[in-house]
Parts: sequence; structure tokens; C-alpha cells
Amino acid sequence: MDAQTAKDSAAAGSGENAKSMSIIVTKGSLDWAYPPFILATTAAAMGVDVTMFFTFYGLPLLLKKLDLQVTALGNTAMKMPMMGMHMGMPNFMSMIPGVDAGASVMMKNLIKKKGVASIEELREAAVESDVNLIACQMTMDLFEYKIEDMIPGIAVGGAATYMENALKADINLFI
Amino acid sequence: MADKVLDAKGLNCPLPILKTKKALKEVPSGGTLEVLSTDPGSVADFAAFCRTTGNQMVEETQDGGVYRFVIKHTG
Repeated sequence: MDAQTAKDSAAAGSGENAKSMSIIVTKGSLDWAYPPFILATTAAAMGVDVTMFFTFYGLPLLLKKLDLQVTALGNTAMKMPMMGMHMGMPNFMSMIPGVDAGASVMMKNLIKKKGVASIEELREAAVESDVNLIACQMTMDLFEYKIEDMIPGIAVGGAATYMENALKADINLFI
Repeated sequence: MADKVLDAKGLNCPLPILKTKKALKEVPSGGTLEVLSTDPGSVADFAAFCRTTGNQMVEETQDGGVYRFVIKHTG
């Protein structure tokens, strides 16, 4: 590597001296899918090498077709802007048929209206920027998912694969 | 006049940054990229992006709700 190339790659943060980050993604609802994908794509744009490890309910975020939902259940602080105010979504409302589906549609409409990226868009950006996407092998066995169901270009691995990445990383997150 | 203009108006975090990174690839080293954004969070974010990536913020203005950044591709 000549001096100029070395300087370029150091400034861009890529190459051997790049900072790195790993994220364990354990949740697959629409709201929980945002933080890992936003941080992964932004970090990649800032020259950080990123690894995302998808396990348990986070694994379906790698499925080709996404249909993400939100739920009021266990989401005690959930409020949605409605008619100029913020309406609470008490836990029990999740029991009423159609409420979670309605809240999901509302959330997706808000996302569109406010110019927030969809999870599909962010995931595409992650793939484009060479984020290392690892599907948890054990979760695939446990919940009976096949590699053919997943988007192309992902790796499959286990805890040791994650650990190898995490031990070298500057930032490790569990989301 | 910047070498390239990116209209990121109406987009929310983190799209202006992601699109900026992409657009910078098309700007020659030493060239400039002008970004227009309506996201108030982009003021802090573009400064952080430039500091971290080694690109240089050469101009920063605001007109109404539109933020304009001129970034020199030095990263």
C-alpha cells in the first residue's frame, strides 16, 4: 500500500485501522428493529466495520419478506400522536383484535409521512455498505428457518463467531 | 458552486447522512458536496460525521427550515 492510499484509507476509517462495532439483535418488532439498523448503517457510513448478529426474535429481520408489527403489550410507555395529542396505548388494548394491526399501520404511515427510512431501506443500505450480517444457526434450527428464506449475502454462525468479532470490536451492543 | 448537490429535504435520521456518504463517493478528492436538509438533527450530526470521517465542513447556513452544508471531500 503506497503512502497516499494508506492515508486515504486511514482517514476514511476503512482498512486495518478502522474502528469496529458489533450489535446483537434480539428483537424483531417494527420499533425494536430501528435502533440496530440505524446505528449499523450510520456507523458504516462513518467508516466503522460493523457486524450484526441476529438471534432469537431478531433473526426474522433477515427474512426476504418483512412484515413488521408493533404491539402495545409490554410497551408501557407507548404513545401515538393522534388528533393533535398523544394517545396512550394501555397494555390491555393489545387483547382487542385488530388494535395491534391498526397501531402497526398507523406507525408505518407516520414513518412514511415523517421521511423516516423503512426497515427494508435500512437493511438494504446495510448490505450495500458491507455490514457483516450473521444469522444465528441455533435460532434457525430452533424456529425452523432455512437459509433460502433469508436475504442473500448473509453469513451463518454461532456464539463463537460472534465472540471472535466482539473481542476485536471497539463497541459491542445488545439490542 | 459545489461539485455536487444532494437534496435530502424531507428525510429523517439517518437518511441524510447515509445519502451524503454515498454522494461523497462521486465527488473527487478535494471537491465539494452541498447538502440540503430539513432535519434539525442534521446540524449536530453533520458536524459529528465530518469530525469522525476526516471530511471538512466548509460552509453551514440556514434559510428558514432548510439547512445547507458544504462538505469538502478530504476523508
